[in-house]
Amino acid sequence: MVLTGNQFMFFLFAAIIVLFSILTVTSRRILRAATYLLFVLISTSGLYFMLNYQFLAAIQLTLYAGGIVVLIIFSILLTSHINQKFEPVDWKKKVSAAIAVIAGAIVCLTAILQFSFHANQAIAKEINMDVIGNSLLNYGENGYALPFEVISVLLLAVMIGAIVIAKKKKE
Amino acid sequence: MIDYTYTILIPLIPLLMFIFLGLTGHKFKAPTQGILGTLGLLASTLLSYYTAYQYFFNSIKVDGAYQKIIGFHTLWLQFTDTLYIDLGVMLDPISVMMLIVITTVSLMVHLYSIGYMKGDKGFSHFFAFLSLFSFSMLGLVIATNIFQMYIFWELVGVSSYLLIGFYYEKQSAVAAAKKAFIVTRFADLGFLIGILILSFNTGTFDFQLLTNPHGAAILKGGSIAFMGLSTMTWAMILIFMGGAGKSAMFPLHIWLPDAMEGPTPVSALIHAATMVVAGVYLVARLFPVFAISAPSGLEVVAWVGGFTSLFAAVIACTQIDIKRVLAFSTMSQIGYMMLALGVSGYGGEHGLGYMASMFHLFTHAFFKALLFLGAGAIIHAVHSNNMTDMGGLRKHLPITHITFLVACLAIAGIPPFSGFFSKDEILVAAFESNKALFLIEYLVAGLTAFYMFRLYYNIFWGKQTVYHATPHEAPATMTLPLIFLAIASATTGFIPFSKFVTSDGLPFETVTEWGIAIPSVLIALVGIAIATVLYYKPTEIPSKMAHALGGFYKSAYHKFYFDELYQFVTHKIIFRYISTPIAWFDRHIIDATMNGIANVTNRVSNAIKGFQSGQLQKYAYVFVSGVVVLAIIFIYLLKY
Amino acid sequence: MYQEIPLQYFLIISTLMFFIGIYGFLTRRNLITMLMSTELILNSVNINFVAFNRYLYPDQFQGHFFSIFIIAIAAAEASLAIAIIINIYRRINNINVEEVDEMKY
Repeated sequence: MVLTGNQFMFFLFAAIIVLFSILTVTSRRILRAATYLLFVLISTSGLYFMLNYQFLAAIQLTLYAGGIVVLIIFSILLTSHINQKFEPVDWKKKVSAAIAVIAGAIVCLTAILQFSFHANQAIAKEINMDVIGNSLLNYGENGYALPFEVISVLLLAVMIGAIVIAKKKKE
Repeated sequence: MIDYTYTILIPLIPLLMFIFLGLTGHKFKAPTQGILGTLGLLASTLLSYYTAYQYFFNSIKVDGAYQKIIGFHTLWLQFTDTLYIDLGVMLDPISVMMLIVITTVSLMVHLYSIGYMKGDKGFSHFFAFLSLFSFSMLGLVIATNIFQMYIFWELVGVSSYLLIGFYYEKQSAVAAAKKAFIVTRFADLGFLIGILILSFNTGTFDFQLLTNPHGAAILKGGSIAFMGLSTMTWAMILIFMGGAGKSAMFPLHIWLPDAMEGPTPVSALIHAATMVVAGVYLVARLFPVFAISAPSGLEVVAWVGGFTSLFAAVIACTQIDIKRVLAFSTMSQIGYMMLALGVSGYGGEHGLGYMASMFHLFTHAFFKALLFLGAGAIIHAVHSNNMTDMGGLRKHLPITHITFLVACLAIAGIPPFSGFFSKDEILVAAFESNKALFLIEYLVAGLTAFYMFRLYYNIFWGKQTVYHATPHEAPATMTLPLIFLAIASATTGFIPFSKFVTSDGLPFETVTEWGIAIPSVLIALVGIAIATVLYYKPTEIPSKMAHALGGFYKSAYHKFYFDELYQFVTHKIIFRYISTPIAWFDRHIIDATMNGIANVTNRVSNAIKGFQSGQLQKYAYVFVSGVVVLAIIFIYLLKY
Repeated sequence: MYQEIPLQYFLIISTLMFFIGIYGFLTRRNLITMLMSTELILNSVNINFVAFNRYLYPDQFQGHFFSIFIIAIAAAEASLAIAIIINIYRRINNINVEEVDEMKY
């Protein structure tokens, strides 16, 4: 069958996401798992680009792929042997987790797919930096000033917390 | 109307003394506790004498008969109008007489114990227990209803247990205390069942209602028959079973000889004068019911009493321990009292047996207590209980000798001592109603004289024993009671008892029947003569006679093997076939069930404690599965 | 584009990613790999929000902004989780999640 460009890109990204996320959770070497995670995140960002949310995609790449994965790799380096292979997990755990997960997936999918969502034909509002900046600090209609402030407090708390927890205790 | 409320103090003062001495006695130095106990009893004694004086001389008589007076009572439990239990004081000729007896003998025993128990490390709680016993016995005799009497009955049993087992380090004393308590408790089972049947049929516990000869209660239940006897008869026989246990009648007599393990003052107080007569008192108290509704019960009483007196007299002729001789003598004399009650009629002259029984109770208390206290003085001097270790003591213990002789003459029934008068009345009553019982009692009178004087001669005459330490006379605190009781034994015979204590309250005249009196004195003299011949000087005749009688002598010496028989029945039959399976059942089925429940709980808890394993992933797994299950339920089953 | 790729495809992707993340969370033994699975879960939720926003409410921005906030929070949470993991590593010298079980019966 003939795929349009969009469809092809979508299926590519989708395949990468699913395949690499499965590999992340089943890989036996930790650094490979981190790398697979990186690929998943990049593909997700690709999906955002397809949906015309450029800012969000950029943030995804910067923060997730560039920040969090790097942080994870640093912590891997700090805490374990890189070349150490994981032991295989007890098969009872795997089977029981798989059953729970597959059951959950089936329930979710049947619940979602019974609705026929139609794309709304309304005119899409363009999101550019102007709009984002205004909305983030707007305290009136369509304004996200409150979550913004809350996030800033949260980031402060997390910074302090991370420093305190990870600090070496004086002897 | 005289106010008799103060009579509640008569039992209460010993109770308070018990509590006081029990809690703080050890803080005082001996003999302060003894003096305190004695003072308490002295107060009760004086109050009893005053009460007796007031009652017998100044109280109001209806138709010339003494009335039952309630001095004090409080209601405890009420079931219906007539069925109630109250606690109170009832004054009645026999209860006032018993008050005098109990307080006097108890006072003498207290005074005596100050000297006898000197140096014993349990000195203070001995007096506490003596006061407890006095309280219980006093409460028993003034009881207004049968349930109150039962309560004090059990209290008396407990005090007796404490006192018999006083030397608790001695194995035999502990065993004797247990035996006494268990046998009397077993008898009390019959007593309780009897009370229940009686109160169910008559609808009341109260003595005034029960024993009213014209009342409604006494006639009920006379007609329904069960196995040939009416229910009232069964009730009275069961109640008599309780009395027989406490009074050591055959076959519940086995505890009394063993109870001699207690200290001698205890034997004097409990097993001679007061507790063992509780059974006689019970029958006397319920006498109208016996006489009017259950005459066959009275026959049982008479025959049991008669048989016991013969049985005990025969055994007493063979015993060597002086206290055991006295114990069997007590059993025999109480047999006399029971027999006298059994052959008595009700009302006026017919109640001669009743009056005689109470009279004998009165006189017997004094001379038997005197005998026991004298025996105590002898044991105190010689440090042994056996006749074979004694002999020729009359030179060393003069006061004890004279008083003991007085008591022996009283019990043998020689005039003018008190025993003659009371025993004579019993013989007259027996002669008038049942000749067979009269003959038995006549024979027993002779045996009594014989074994008492055998005892007397073996101790004070007989062989000239050389003693390690010269026996010395007892101190004044021990001899004063002896002298007092000897005077009482000598003089109380002259009290015109039938003017005071009779079956229906009406006084009547008694005349000495010389036709009965002279033969009874004669047979007593014959008994004394035989004893003199055999024992006055050491001779070979007693041992030859023992050999001649062979097996009979041996079984009499072993109390006719009743102890062994009972032991066999309980151990081999009851314990093995009834108790052991029940114990097995209890241990393996009931306990196993409890243990099983605990085990199951343990295992279930072990199984589910995995839920709190601390494993994060397990928690997450349970969480996710739970959400999925709930989602399935809510979406597909409940269709939200 | 929005007719060629129906909304359900996005939803299927996000559901699969979500449950794969849960599988990883339940199965992995290393604490850091558990953290990675958590990131997968958060990302799947992000895709969901964004897809709904674009398809059903193209003239509003709530989904978009919520996704931004989720990314910020995820970053914060990951850093704090790494701090805790480092602390655990210092204490018991490995980061096996089965060793961290002191809050048990």
